[in-house]
Amino acid sequence: MSNPSEATLPSVAGVDEVDEARRKLLLATCIAGGAATGAATWPFLASMEPSERSKALGAPVEADISALAPGEQMIVEWQGKPVWVVHRTKEMMASLKQDEAELADPLSKRSDQPEYCDNEARARPERPEMLVVVGICTHLGCSPVARFTPGDPSMGAAWAGGFLCPCHGSRFDLSARVFRNFPAPDNLPVPRYMYLSGAKLLIGDDKA
Amino acid sequence: MANATTTKAHWALRLFEWVDSRFPLSDLWKEHLSEYYAPKNFNFWYYFGSLSLLVLVLQIITGIFLTMNYKPDATLAFASVEYIMREVPWGWLIRYLHSTGASAFFICVYLHMFRALLYGSYRKPRELLWLVGVLIFLSLMAEAFFGYLLPWGQMSYWGAQVIVNLFGAIPFVGEDLAIWIRGDYVVSDATLNRFFALHVAALPLVLLGLVAVHILALHDKHVGSNNPDGIEIKANKDPGTGIPRDAIPFHPYYTVKDIFGAMVFLLVFSVIMFFAPEVGGYFLEHNNFFPADPLKTPPHIAPVWYFTPYYSVLRATTDELKWVIGVAVVLFMLWGLVRRGGNTTRMLLLGTGAVLLALLVVLEAKVWGVLLMGASVVIFAFLPWLDRSPVKSIRYKGWMYKLALTVFVIAFIVLGYLGMQVPTPTATRIAQVSTVAYFAFFLLMPWYTGIDKTKPPPERLT
Repeated sequence: MSNPSEATLPSVAGVDEVDEARRKLLLATCIAGGAATGAATWPFLASMEPSERSKALGAPVEADISALAPGEQMIVEWQGKPVWVVHRTKEMMASLKQDEAELADPLSKRSDQPEYCDNEARARPERPEMLVVVGICTHLGCSPVARFTPGDPSMGAAWAGGFLCPCHGSRFDLSARVFRNFPAPDNLPVPRYMYLSGAKLLIGDDKA
Repeated sequence: MANATTTKAHWALRLFEWVDSRFPLSDLWKEHLSEYYAPKNFNFWYYFGSLSLLVLVLQIITGIFLTMNYKPDATLAFASVEYIMREVPWGWLIRYLHSTGASAFFICVYLHMFRALLYGSYRKPRELLWLVGVLIFLSLMAEAFFGYLLPWGQMSYWGAQVIVNLFGAIPFVGEDLAIWIRGDYVVSDATLNRFFALHVAALPLVLLGLVAVHILALHDKHVGSNNPDGIEIKANKDPGTGIPRDAIPFHPYYTVKDIFGAMVFLLVFSVIMFFAPEVGGYFLEHNNFFPADPLKTPPHIAPVWYFTPYYSVLRATTDELKWVIGVAVVLFMLWGLVRRGGNTTRMLLLGTGAVLLALLVVLEAKVWGVLLMGASVVIFAFLPWLDRSPVKSIRYKGWMYKLALTVFVIAFIVLGYLGMQVPTPTATRIAQVSTVAYFAFFLLMPWYTGIDKTKPPPERLT
């Protein structure tokens, strides 16, 4: 009892120093227990992944485009997302050349499209006037709206027609290519698609 | 004295003593109320802590009753909210209490935080109290965000779509992370169901736990409440009692004051709730009265008002703003070269700057927008270490802090307003200037609080 600080420690009969072997066992137990607890979080976190049912809902969809007149747009739901089909007029096709210098990615080099749509129209060569894109802004996922009228007062006199994202103001031309200096980084993605007949479009697959 | 053995104490007193000898009831009462000594000069700004607690209780109670009729199913959710509004007896009242309460919660919390900015309540020894408060603020934002999806209206849907996609902007893991959060490739029934679970179970538990820690950290014997003079009342205790000379017990003095505040608050709250629960689209947005349509974004979408300042920061971050950040980083590096003699500090500053510059080149504006938006919330956590003023309270700080705080409040309100508006080139430019002002308040704070001319604070409360 010469050292007053020792008096406050609980004393166990016969034990006056640390048992190193037990201390190591205690440490190993803590590590093993901690690892097991950590591993137990996995099933909970993994249960938040898409279920088998959600994964199965990605099937291709068919759309009837026979009634789609030039200058019109229709929206088809595919994998829960809006897919636009736009029947572009001759003037609309001509506008694609005009704004090339102001586009962020005019050749769609860093954007997402099937190899057969890797052209200015971003469409299958057999029907270049028909634009098929996923209408989800590459910025934060809003669905842009059509602003087809050239010189639309809300878009400025130089506007040649295209799309505007209502959320953060990104602008796209009539091939869904994004203009420079707007928040969206890439052009809108083109899904895989094919024409089953003159009137039937298949979205989500391109192999008959 | 003879009577003492024959007369029994009142039954209520005996019940109290029975409990108190088995549970620290009177100890807790004393520690947190009747013998919690608070500075005697609390003013208007000190209402909002207790009011936040009041709104939390209100939200929990109304939330429980809403759950009794709400259905977390994408095909039923919208209709079940309308069912609550139109057919459940008093359902409209409970729903409007909850939706008005959400906005009231943020009003109280923002004013509570502004109080801390006025009187330096985040400074030593209250850093941990402040950090817990920032965590409460983050949890509250998560709670509000999850709750907003539940009515399954157009704003619910597209708001969730945008915010979940923020995580998708993170390089490499972002897309998988967004899918994991949604539980699907788009916002869907799976998303609604899990947001419901998080909103009604997980986050309320986290919030209650954090609020308990916040109060315990405040009532710690080394901490205690700050006050409008920003001086430590515990530095001047009565030697006989050990009670600070400038303190009064929380109960009855501040319980009575706070009950008065609660009455005034409930009066204003009731007027809003009964006569204008939508507040012209600010508390309940018009577009949210349309059911969610995954194929069509409403022409104008904006978050609820309490998120718009940060949302504005996100929208303001374009390629041009990246250049401004770049210039700021280079200035920061130059300052590091000029200012410090120590080589380690210098290397650290230069290294940080170099990493930031590299990230500016590598990451696109979209990712920076997300980073800045996150930073605009998290930066509050650093206040205790950014403020180098020798005094805490604005009463004794100089003109520089007063000017900085004014500019910050204006920038916050301007960002909040612009976040509700359609983005135009002019609006974006104003938002960019406000974003710079917002961050300058924090990042320049070590400089301007260091050189600001302060007045000597008093020895005792005024």
